[in-house]
Amino acid sequence: MSDSTATANSAVAEARHEHPSYQRHHFESVAQQFDATNFAMWLFLLTEIMFFGGLFASYLIMRNWYYPAFVEGSHQLKIGWGTANTAVLIVSSFTMAMSVWSAQMRRKGALLLFLGLTFLLGVTFLGIKYIEWHEKWVKHHVPGFHWSEQSFLDPQSDPEVYTEYHDKPLAPDMAQKTQEYFFLYFAMTGMHALHMVIGVGLLVYLFIRARTGAYTNGHFTFVENFGLYWHFVDIIWIFLFPLLYLISRY
Amino acid sequence: MSAATIVTLPDQSTARIPKMNFLTKENGLLSWLLTGDHKRIATLYLISITFFFFIGGSLAALIRLELLTPQTSLMAADTYNKVFSMHGLIMVFFFLVPSVPATIGNFVIPMMVGAKDLALPKINLLSWYLYIIAGGMMIYTMASGGVDTGWTFTTPLSTHYLNTNVVSAALAVFVAGFSSIFTGLNFIVTIHKMRCPGMTWFRLPLFVWSTYAASLLMVLGTPVLAITLTLVGLERIFHIGVFDPAFGGDPLLFQHLFWFYSHPAVYIMILPGMAVISEVVSTFSRKRVFGYTAVAFSSVAIAVFAFFVWAHHMFIMGISNYSALIFSLLTMLVAVPSAIKIFNWTFTMYKGSITFETPMLYAIGFMGLFTIGGLTGVFLGSTGTDIHLTETYFIVAHFHFVMVGGMLMAFLSGIHFWWPKWTGRMYPEKISQLAALTTFIGFNFTFFPQFILGMLGMPRRYAAYPPEFQALNVFSTAGASILGVGYLLPILYLTWSLKYGAVAGDNPWQATGLEWQTQSPPLTENFVEIPIMDHEAYDYDWLEKQNPARQQEKEVA
Repeated sequence: MSDSTATANSAVAEARHEHPSYQRHHFESVAQQFDATNFAMWLFLLTEIMFFGGLFASYLIMRNWYYPAFVEGSHQLKIGWGTANTAVLIVSSFTMAMSVWSAQMRRKGALLLFLGLTFLLGVTFLGIKYIEWHEKWVKHHVPGFHWSEQSFLDPQSDPEVYTEYHDKPLAPDMAQKTQEYFFLYFAMTGMHALHMVIGVGLLVYLFIRARTGAYTNGHFTFVENFGLYWHFVDIIWIFLFPLLYLISRY
Repeated sequence: MSAATIVTLPDQSTARIPKMNFLTKENGLLSWLLTGDHKRIATLYLISITFFFFIGGSLAALIRLELLTPQTSLMAADTYNKVFSMHGLIMVFFFLVPSVPATIGNFVIPMMVGAKDLALPKINLLSWYLYIIAGGMMIYTMASGGVDTGWTFTTPLSTHYLNTNVVSAALAVFVAGFSSIFTGLNFIVTIHKMRCPGMTWFRLPLFVWSTYAASLLMVLGTPVLAITLTLVGLERIFHIGVFDPAFGGDPLLFQHLFWFYSHPAVYIMILPGMAVISEVVSTFSRKRVFGYTAVAFSSVAIAVFAFFVWAHHMFIMGISNYSALIFSLLTMLVAVPSAIKIFNWTFTMYKGSITFETPMLYAIGFMGLFTIGGLTGVFLGSTGTDIHLTETYFIVAHFHFVMVGGMLMAFLSGIHFWWPKWTGRMYPEKISQLAALTTFIGFNFTFFPQFILGMLGMPRRYAAYPPEFQALNVFSTAGASILGVGYLLPILYLTWSLKYGAVAGDNPWQATGLEWQTQSPPLTENFVEIPIMDHEAYDYDWLEKQNPARQQEKEVA
């Protein structure tokens, strides 16, 4: 009798056992919850790789076919802006890593500081990207909207690029293929920028929630997983930068 | 049909459906629309995919009616193009891909691994909403004039030469793709991280292994379809892109990217069907699945091979002879793991105590029809015969044998098998056996003549055909009407059984999976306490030992 009472009592104690408020009911432990959501994030990033993979594959095939057009198309990009943006993103990856660390260390002030810095760097990246796109628009290099092949049929009409690279005029059919380069440029950087916009939006949400202390109570899963996303978007750029800007420099 | 049966129902005069279960826990529309419970989401999915199945089915009926006569008598040729395109799009992306995983898989996987729910309940609900949004867009596409590219969106036809709603159709498939990605992702995480104590990988039911393989394909393949359709959309809107030869783009690149997803998609559709069959064949033969490990790894092997065979859709599209040769070889290799499954199910039945309840009838139908579908796939995988047979009705018959004869049979098998667990009530056995037979007979009448039509050279995707093909087409249409009856019957008697079916009890089939060791319908948390898996999968001896223990418990009570 006393045995069964004891068992019943311990069952009640088990049922009342206090779980942290952030542990969802269908997980057995906080560790399992963290493991599962973290693993899910990695899988999601895997799907993202496959998503960008289609673009990278198209780029490599087209580049192989229309090599001269892709070289001269690439010469139109400003390495300075590209390098600046690469630096901005790498620094933002560092501040993001510091955000995760601050959340783990339960330091709210530092978390807010680093999230804020990451946000500012993200916006800076988008701002620089806007400047670059705007320049393409001005120079009639937006295929389908605002397009002219003048710079490739007659490179000397574009002195700024010509003095640096001394490109030869392309044959008309090859000059036309520069549209493929710029289409892929806009598709790839556009898709990347879309991911940045989503990231910056999520940073605002993270910042607001972090102010209430939501991530500095030991439950930093969301910050950690967002960090993975942010680094991933950064790494995509690390591949885009050489493929679009650097590869045809010399 | 012998009277032998394994069905063990509780005493109907005293048996009641448990008052507390996942269906009765909360009431009201919002409790369903905002639910995180995998069983409720599975139910929402079941209702929605049935809806789309009947839209797709009605379109199929229109196709068969049009093909009753050699002339275009029922509809204009371009209407016919839209009808078969919408049939393909709806059946592939809104029925076959989500059918078993999102309904049955969603319902049973957490229970099979001994968890309270999928790892990400909100993502699961999101995937249903994405499905509904995509479905809405597809219906909009249909209502505002349809699309006539075929389900394959072939460029440059889709990007430059048509004035139909290609963009909204592509967008619908794009969104449906994300619904499928989230389902697959959720399954993989759940199977990795949510297994109960003692549930090792090789104690998992084979249903879980097969669905896991299908989930891998969903997660790795679908994003490629998403980017491909994005590029098609951009090309169509802005008239510039990588697929249009006028700008130096490459239509063949579209074929590569499209089939890189869409061939694995075939296995996304069939692997969950195979998942169901493993459970059903074992249960109704009272034997552990023969060669458990081989069946488990054959699922994974199919998933791996699936990514290296896509170019067999392109033998007539001017790819090099060498790559055609290699893809042909790889295609034939996929037949090996598929055959391993068929042989092992057959050996499971060998010397088993077989009973012929409805799920088993469908499963046996699956094994026969899938074998025909699979072997004709080998014909089509050989480069020579493919050039003769591709784009004829032989192809149509081949993939309908796999998809309808295989997958749909498996889906119906699974629905009947888990129906007592889902609703707590049995479906009526006799009439459902009749429905299974009707489906089987109707199916063969419909699609077998199409093999012959294809061999004779009748091309697919045309509204009119030479008069000498009429006899076989009449056969096919007549068969389709029988098939239609076979699909309507389950809707009627399953609905009837919701109220009038016999109370099923926990384990009417005496099956071994963990989902059968809890009440029917299950609690929202699935189990009263988290189970501990202390035996192998399909261990019928273990089940026998459980029963006397339960008897004693009852006597004591």
